[in-house]
Amino acid sequence: MNDGSPPDPTPLGRKLLMELHVNGETQEVAFLPHETLLEVLRERMDLPGTKHGCELGECGACAVLVDGRPELSCLRLAIECGDAEVTTVEGLIRDGQLDPIQEAFADLGGAQCGYCTPGILVTARALLDENPSPDRDEIAEALSGNLCRCTGYLQIFESVEEAARVGAASSATGEVTS
Amino acid sequence: MSKPEPKKVITHHDKDPDELRVIGRPRRRVDGRAKVTGQTVFADDMKLPRMVHAKIVRSPHPHAAIRSIDVTAALQAPGVLLVLTGADMPIPYGILPVSQDEHPLCPDVARFVGDPVAAVIAETEEAADAAMPLVAIEWEPLTTVASAEEALSTPEPRIHEYGDDGNVHKRIALQFGDVEESLGKSVHVFEDVFFYEGNTHLPIEQHATLAARDGDGKLVVWSSTQTPHYLHRALAKALDFPAHQVRVIATPNGGGFGGKSDPFNHEVVAAKAALVLDRPVKICLTREEVFYCHRGRHPVKMRFRTGTDADGNITAMDLETLLDGGAYGSYGVASTFYTGALQTVTYEIPRYRFRACRTFTNKPPCGPKRGHGTVQPRFGQEVQLDKIAVAVGKNPADLRLQQLCKPDTLTANYLTVGTIGLRQCIDAVVDGSSFRDRWQKLPEGRGLGIACSSYLCGAGLPIYWNAMPHSGVQLRLDRMGAVTAFCGATEIGQGSDDVLAACVAEVLGIAADDIHIRTGATDTTPIDLGSYSSRVTLMMGNAAIEAAERAKTLLVGAAARKLGIPPSRIALADRRVFDVEDPEKVGMSFRDACCAAEAEHGTLGTVGSYAPPRSPARFKGGGVGPSPTYSYSAAVVEVEVDPVTGWLHVPKIWIAHDVGRSLNPVLVRGQVEGSVYMGLGEAIMEEQVFRRLPAKMSNAAVHKFPSMLEYKSPTSLDMPEIVTYVIEDPDPKGPFGAKEVGQGPLLPIMPAVANAVFDAVGVRIDETPITAEKIARALDLRDKGKDARVGPKAFPSIDWPEGLEVPPPWEGGDGRATNDPKAKHYRAPEERGQEMMSDAARQKATAAQRASQSKSGRVSKEVRS
Amino acid sequence: MMRCRPFRYHAPRTVAEAAKILRGEGPDAMVLAGGTDVIPNLKRKQFAPRTLVALRRIGELRTASDDGLTLGAATTLDAIARHAALPEAHRAARIAASKVATPQIRNRGTIGGNLCLDTRCTYYDQSAEWRQAIDFCKKAPGPHGTAIETPVEQGICWVAPGSPRCWAVSSTDAAPALIALGAEVTLVSADGERTIPLTDLYADDGMAFLTKKRDELLTAVRLPAAVEGWRSTYWKLRRRGAFDFPILGVGAALKLDAGGTVEAARVVLGAVASRPLPVDTSGLVGGPLSDEAIDAFAAKAAGPAKPLDNTDFTLHWRKRVVRAWVAGALRELRGDDSEEASLLSRSAARIPEPLSV
Ligand SMILES: Cc1cc2nc3c(=O)[nH]c(=O)nc-3n(C[C@H](O)[C@H](O)[C@H](O)COP(=O)(O)OP(=O)(O)OC[C@H]3O[C@@H](n4cnc5c(N)ncnc54)[C@H](O)[C@@H]3O)c2cc1C
Ligand code: SF4
Ligand code: FES
Ligand code: FES
Repeated sequence: MNDGSPPDPTPLGRKLLMELHVNGETQEVAFLPHETLLEVLRERMDLPGTKHGCELGECGACAVLVDGRPELSCLRLAIECGDAEVTTVEGLIRDGQLDPIQEAFADLGGAQCGYCTPGILVTARALLDENPSPDRDEIAEALSGNLCRCTGYLQIFESVEEAARVGAASSATGEVTS
Repeated sequence: MSKPEPKKVITHHDKDPDELRVIGRPRRRVDGRAKVTGQTVFADDMKLPRMVHAKIVRSPHPHAAIRSIDVTAALQAPGVLLVLTGADMPIPYGILPVSQDEHPLCPDVARFVGDPVAAVIAETEEAADAAMPLVAIEWEPLTTVASAEEALSTPEPRIHEYGDDGNVHKRIALQFGDVEESLGKSVHVFEDVFFYEGNTHLPIEQHATLAARDGDGKLVVWSSTQTPHYLHRALAKALDFPAHQVRVIATPNGGGFGGKSDPFNHEVVAAKAALVLDRPVKICLTREEVFYCHRGRHPVKMRFRTGTDADGNITAMDLETLLDGGAYGSYGVASTFYTGALQTVTYEIPRYRFRACRTFTNKPPCGPKRGHGTVQPRFGQEVQLDKIAVAVGKNPADLRLQQLCKPDTLTANYLTVGTIGLRQCIDAVVDGSSFRDRWQKLPEGRGLGIACSSYLCGAGLPIYWNAMPHSGVQLRLDRMGAVTAFCGATEIGQGSDDVLAACVAEVLGIAADDIHIRTGATDTTPIDLGSYSSRVTLMMGNAAIEAAERAKTLLVGAAARKLGIPPSRIALADRRVFDVEDPEKVGMSFRDACCAAEAEHGTLGTVGSYAPPRSPARFKGGGVGPSPTYSYSAAVVEVEVDPVTGWLHVPKIWIAHDVGRSLNPVLVRGQVEGSVYMGLGEAIMEEQVFRRLPAKMSNAAVHKFPSMLEYKSPTSLDMPEIVTYVIEDPDPKGPFGAKEVGQGPLLPIMPAVANAVFDAVGVRIDETPITAEKIARALDLRDKGKDARVGPKAFPSIDWPEGLEVPPPWEGGDGRATNDPKAKHYRAPEERGQEMMSDAARQKATAAQRASQSKSGRVSKEVRS
Repeated sequence: MMRCRPFRYHAPRTVAEAAKILRGEGPDAMVLAGGTDVIPNLKRKQFAPRTLVALRRIGELRTASDDGLTLGAATTLDAIARHAALPEAHRAARIAASKVATPQIRNRGTIGGNLCLDTRCTYYDQSAEWRQAIDFCKKAPGPHGTAIETPVEQGICWVAPGSPRCWAVSSTDAAPALIALGAEVTLVSADGERTIPLTDLYADDGMAFLTKKRDELLTAVRLPAAVEGWRSTYWKLRRRGAFDFPILGVGAALKLDAGGTVEAARVVLGAVASRPLPVDTSGLVGGPLSDEAIDAFAAKAAGPAKPLDNTDFTLHWRKRVVRAWVAGALRELRGDDSEEASLLSRSAARIPEPLSV
């Protein structure tokens, strides 16, 4: 199909070719209609930064931003993403600069094994975009869908707080972040 | 042949914090950037050309004989390349030499729901998955044994042909002094039975392995393993493949916590398939399969009989433990010893008896989880101490403080304790929480509880007997000023790469992130035994210091000659090598020093290695428990309990941990808080439990909920406020004085929660997890005037063997059992009789011994001689 | 990696088109809204639809009426939690939506999907391999799950082996809250449209838990216009602060007169039966919300709740908590802000600030 949308209904067990918009780039990708965004990102688009811990919506490791909002890539069919802008952890770096949230997580112990980190980083990015100075409870609430087994969450909270501070400081000086 | 002198270990524990440029300063960990950019490559992130995928067909029966397996239909399914069964890999393996009881795929009997039986390898994971049901297996169900008690009462059918007898895997009995005699003379004897429920690690990363044949035909295996060296050994054995033609690369683990420290069946299966197909084979387990790998906390029932004097000082302790081991040995024999090994290193226990029994059951095998084996009895001991405090009318903090172990002494069971920061730990949490003012004084429904603990800084012995180092570090320096550090240690999130970099950087006067870190690859890095038993910081750290000191010597020598000053005047700091007397003017860059040294010595490389000191314990079983030194922790937990429903809320925890020296404070805090988090999960919600269907209708015994949704682990909204105190009392044994921090702070949390619940509502929950429903049940009992307690009623009677009798050091013991007929030094009872001291003499000896121990750190020598 | 098995995927653009496809495909088709319930269940092979009919292109399902009281079925839970146009009297709807699962799931999951959520049971919400190990159960009597309409004679119910029915638990958070608010739902099929009280959407059976026909689409939820004096709340019991399905939900709405007398009341329990369970409130109406009245009512409310051993926590305790939770919810509506109430509902998520949808 020329408009980029898949045939309707999709034929059983046959791949479709679709444009996906991920991290500001548009790629034409072939995948099966029953594949989730998680599978397509990791296995068909060479974007293994997005992790998985259950594939059932029960851990949050696979969170990505879909039009700026965190969603679980393991529960969303890739075929439903054609008209969306997807951001993964790989897309947080802009112009070779780490996002302040990445800097803060690296510096302050927000990432231990680092496996929950990609999902948490994008979720926290969305939080700060919506609420540039969240309090501790708001951070805990926003990250309540991301399990971490290493940190006990506190250094994660502090990392988000630090990123918020840095964000506030740089927007006060007129600098552009993310 | 005379024994070689033990090597002198330079640890730099006595360095002043101000002298240190890297150590002790909060820093971004060296692998921090990769972890936030998604660049850390975990096992399942890897992809190789022509890679294919494996899935494992698992037993639907808890215990069944395999009559036949027919793979023809599966082989014909689209995309399927190979189907493996037990017959393809007949050689057993296992982590411990004494329990080589696992097969990559069960050849004849499946022992739990989830035991691997066949493997399907196909072009895609989806194709392998679709073909799995086509593997036709004919089963003959056998009787299910589902609990430790059942294992004791059901000797037949045996789950394994080996082990002590029936379904008893291992019984242990050790006695250090005449405990019954001391109990008979004690003012109080407290007897308590506890149950600690099993739970699992739940790393967010599911286990994954990629195996391939190299271009030159060698086998290479990338895996999310904490122990690449042990996996290497198991692969060579199970595949009957030359060990030197195997390389194992531990990919960074997305969490381990002990759950990735066994060699696993899926790892061997992937390797076998790669060899057969000559194609890269990947396997990534589903979350459900991770629950079947397990190797987590053993469910343990335990009985403590503890004698005290009128003030609550322990006079003797008699501990029995019963472990539900699951279907395989795993680390179980070690776990069993650990359920009694560390009781003695926190409080003085003049006489101690320990008996333990591990059973086989038809459930996923238990093994080491954070705090390996010591967590369960620590729960019992610390809750019992709380009961003792209440009974003798003491503040539980004081009760502990009055009988702490003394530094640099030997315990009744011959463990050599080093520095002990426990007093400072207790003081910190007691002051921080105003424990003395608030304990027993908060309104009904609110309470505080305290508990302490101690943990190993590395096991004194390796898993298999050998006389080689436990950890090795190799350094490569070159004319670019580049330093690469190689070590077999595995980064599992704990920060071992950062420790390696920091130790080397400190000695060489460069920055931690200047160093290239290469770890966990058995082809390029010197052996390190793995990331378990909190051994890496201490052992790898000391090896790293040794390697770096040797490199420093080369650099200093070359620089001194170049600068024309004596080497003693040279120092290294801030990427410079300079004259301490004129740092600004006389010196050169680190890179120039490397050039000078390379010109002088040729290619630059140094090595360092570490082996722990020999333990004074000479009795059978004395190998489990010794450690170069021990870490200490204390915690106060505050709870709120709803008096009607029992609903439990934990608003705040104070934790203090004696880490010796904090190498990177950011990481230390992270380990402490992460331990508290995991301990809290175990305390209030986590449990690995099983479901049996009505016996008349079914033989099934399944994991109740092998999912992340129903296996409850705390979310960000369940975390209390945590106040962390890091106690630094540098230990001469640790690198720069550092002790472990990854496991110890977990231990006091569970008992502190239980003790806080008692303070809040006056009920005892003598088992884990401490849930609202159990509290509610205990509240009902309280309201009916009954014993307000939920916990096991009794400890089963176990046929204990005659124990080994090892007199404690202060009763003239020399670390050997006096009644071990197998031992070289066996003395018949009549011979021993003469040595028995009168009571008065014994007490005097004990007092003298303790007095001398607290003065000198070298008692262990005297005792041995 | 858990994966879905192949299906055909339809994405019609209108309700009528969707209804037509559903009619044409018969029982092998399933509606896909946010997929946060359907996708995990597919991956666990709890059912095996040949066709998924996605709602994502149907714009009319995502709109809200001007008065904010009619919500399209495809409105996300997050949007409902932040729905500024909802009157304060309908707070229960926002609380319930804000307590579902996790933030990511609320960004995707829809109100229609939540109301049609499959019933849950720890013998059923498991992989095919696990279910094989217990030899399956009535609700999904084979390795491919259920062709949605299996005869109940097939298989056994392990929760109540003697019982002829399935006792899987209604676990939607929104339903008890919305029923308490007096919501109605609109159902559309190829035959046309009908509107029924939400409570009538449910039947007390773990398998046939919806009265909706298979080819009917739930298109909208309609809340009554708020009347002066009504107030509402929703209390959710779960072990953790996020992720967990309710082990108990209490939706409560009351109309109090100026003197504090209860003029009307609706209380609905979630997660204690195969359907949301409305409680008889006649005992409350006409009197003041005194401690005695609350306690008497709460004690009675617990009566019909029938927790079984197929969710988190033990059944005895869950039964016991019903009383405390119902009482807590009513005391909150009375205006109490007791220590106890805050302790009990502590693990609850905060309701986000309202935003316009
Ligand atoms: C980890 C996890 C935790 C969860 N916790 C909770 C929780 O705490 N509380 C809770 O209530 N839910 C919970 N859920 C379930 C689910 O996410 C929500 O109920 C969500 O609202 C479902 O909406 P959906 O749009 O994703 O539904 P879908 O998955 O798309 O559909 C669910 C069902 O409804 C049917 N359906 C959907 N829309 C319509 C329609 N318009 N007309 C007819 N039929 C329709 C589908 O065919 C399907 O049977 C949880 C899910 C997960 C994975
Ligand atoms: S209630 Fe019974 S029939 Fe229904 S899902 Fe559970 S076990 Fe199966
Ligand atoms: S992988 Fe666990 S939520 Fe998606
Ligand atoms: S950092 Fe390891 S799971 Fe979060």
